[in-house]
Amino acid sequence: MTTLRARTSGDDSLLPSYGRPGWRRLATSSEAVMVAVLLAVVVVAALAVPHFASTTTLGFLLLDATPVLMIALPLTLVIITGEIDLSIASVIGLGSVLFGILIRAGVPLALAIAVCVLAGVLAGAFNGFFVAVVGLPSLAVTIGTLALFRGLAVGLLGTTAITSFPAEWQRAAQQMLGSTGIPAVILLVVVLVGVFAVLLHFTGFGRGLYAIGLNKEAAAFSGVRVNWSKFVTFLMTGAVSAMAGVFWTLRYASARGDNATGLELAIIAAVLLGGVSIFGGKGSIAGAVTGVLLISVLQSALRLDGVNSDAISVVTGTLLILSVLAPSVARWMRSKRRVPPAPA
Amino acid sequence: MFSRSTSRLTSRRFGRLLSVSATAVALSLVVAACGSSGSGSESSATSESSAGSESSAPADSSSQSAPAESSSGESSAAGGDHNYAITFLPKNLGNPYFDTSDKGGEKAIGEFGGTYKEVGPSEATADAQVSYINTLTQQGVGAIVISANDPNAICSALNQARDAGIKVVTFDSDTDPSCRDAFVNQATAEGIAKAQVDLITKAIGDTGDIAILSASANATNQNAWIDLMKKELAANHPNVKLVDTVYGNDDDQTSFDKTAALLQTYPNLKGIISPTTVGIAAAARYLSTSQFKGKVALTGLGTPNQMRQYVKDGTVTSFALWNPGDLGYLAAYTAKALIDGTITGASGDKFTAGDLGDYTVGDNATVLLGDPFVFDSGNIDQFNF
Repeated sequence: MTTLRARTSGDDSLLPSYGRPGWRRLATSSEAVMVAVLLAVVVVAALAVPHFASTTTLGFLLLDATPVLMIALPLTLVIITGEIDLSIASVIGLGSVLFGILIRAGVPLALAIAVCVLAGVLAGAFNGFFVAVVGLPSLAVTIGTLALFRGLAVGLLGTTAITSFPAEWQRAAQQMLGSTGIPAVILLVVVLVGVFAVLLHFTGFGRGLYAIGLNKEAAAFSGVRVNWSKFVTFLMTGAVSAMAGVFWTLRYASARGDNATGLELAIIAAVLLGGVSIFGGKGSIAGAVTGVLLISVLQSALRLDGVNSDAISVVTGTLLILSVLAPSVARWMRSKRRVPPAPA
Repeated sequence: MFSRSTSRLTSRRFGRLLSVSATAVALSLVVAACGSSGSGSESSATSESSAGSESSAPADSSSQSAPAESSSGESSAAGGDHNYAITFLPKNLGNPYFDTSDKGGEKAIGEFGGTYKEVGPSEATADAQVSYINTLTQQGVGAIVISANDPNAICSALNQARDAGIKVVTFDSDTDPSCRDAFVNQATAEGIAKAQVDLITKAIGDTGDIAILSASANATNQNAWIDLMKKELAANHPNVKLVDTVYGNDDDQTSFDKTAALLQTYPNLKGIISPTTVGIAAAARYLSTSQFKGKVALTGLGTPNQMRQYVKDGTVTSFALWNPGDLGYLAAYTAKALIDGTITGASGDKFTAGDLGDYTVGDNATVLLGDPFVFDSGNIDQFNF
């Protein structure tokens, strides 16, 4: 009924968003809201928090956010299909340890990075096999591999760390672009953002992922290769996580099995905050990126303001719950308002 | 059809969603602001609850309620041209050991009129510490007193802080010496070994058989201490015989069983040294319920909270460790001496650390707290870690 009324009313604000011009869809999307919120937080922090408005803050903030930002991209694809990957932080640890061992063994840098990314692909394939081929729930599979990959990482190095990396590598990993305060590694992140945005929003593969998330059977009947698509998203998550592991190792000049322990929850939280639905079928790369930046900016501002770590966790946790709650509240308010039906 | 109309509804909701989520975020910002203004009192409350009744805590919290603004302002007021804003960055917050050490630092900083602050991650990870170091660098504190979660991972951040003129003191857990101005060492291997030998020989009247209950057979620290204990015994206690060294692998049950086995195997055993906190607690638990209680002496390295009941029931007379409160106190005075320029970290530099007296900087810019601290029934109730 409502759709009929919308179509005949002539009021195009009631038209489905797919029928509107692209720029209008963009301006009223949840992503736009998130960007507005992010800007608001930045402005408030810049005015209220001493030292926040500086290129130094920007540099540290982006460096801290880089691994989260990288992994949030492929993870968004996984979550849009209605799946989850909890093993991401463990793959960071595995990639980090592997990279350390290879470098210690005298393997050239480029080859070591390639081997690590390949290991990440294999880790992703392991997840993808059990989820897409065997058909097990991704939550269960990746809880298992969260422990499995972390165990491998810690097992390979024990409690020791490899720290014998050339100092210039660490400097390169933290190199800023001139005096802009923007780390050079952000260029890599921007490229990845571009790749994943195009893949998700401008290819048949990407549209297939939404279809899978909304209705797997319908997607399959429409010709979407459901299992293959899922498998590929896990491969990408593994590869990017391992890449983040290499960056982590270079930035901290320390390859340890316990690197990035617990980071998976921070990444998933940021992606969900960015409006990606945990049930699948909804979300965007822009939203995920905004979600990551929003959490990073909040954490950085609160830390600079002298808020202690427990309180920061409370704030980010509350924010996440509110962001998930907002659509439900909106629905509830709508249902209240809809009681007297508007005359068409 | 169904799914299509659902998605239309979803898209139409965005308009209202916009206002709702904006409200939500505004709310959370309010939450954030509340958290910010209450932060000082919150961190004091944490340490207060664990360190017992410190009457100074409420007063401190009010002076800390705006830590970020105060760091630059107060420093010039309090320390003349010296920036005495000193921040403790423990491995993690909510750890009784660091609550005790940082409390010692707070006391010292209060004595010389500086600004004490404690920040830290909730999980003991190096990357989280790096974020805090970077934050402190931006805030321009006078000194960072840190217990490192990783000797290398925090190095570049610490060096950035030092480039910005901040003095860096490590305590409890050191970094690579190139990344800090000074390290406050809780004890040397020689000191730890000698303290335990002194305690056991005193307990058994300097004659008879003793055994050692260690951690694992390849534990680096314990093996170094055991070698030094053997040397000390051979040199100064000819009538004391070390009959065996057994390994409880820092596992409570294994240590418990090994203690039982030791007492069966060596009926004439008069004393046990356990240079590991897990081992001494397990051995004490065995002894306290056995016929050997009060007959076989036990000492070693332990923490007051683990050992309190065994000291009170007479199983253990005394044991050693360092005093974390003194460690934090000395670290704070070391930071002050670096800020003042009294010391530069060069070997032979001298400074005075309040009640603890005079200290001399040793090799590798290391300041040694002193001999291990001996806990007994007379002082154990003053400690909570």
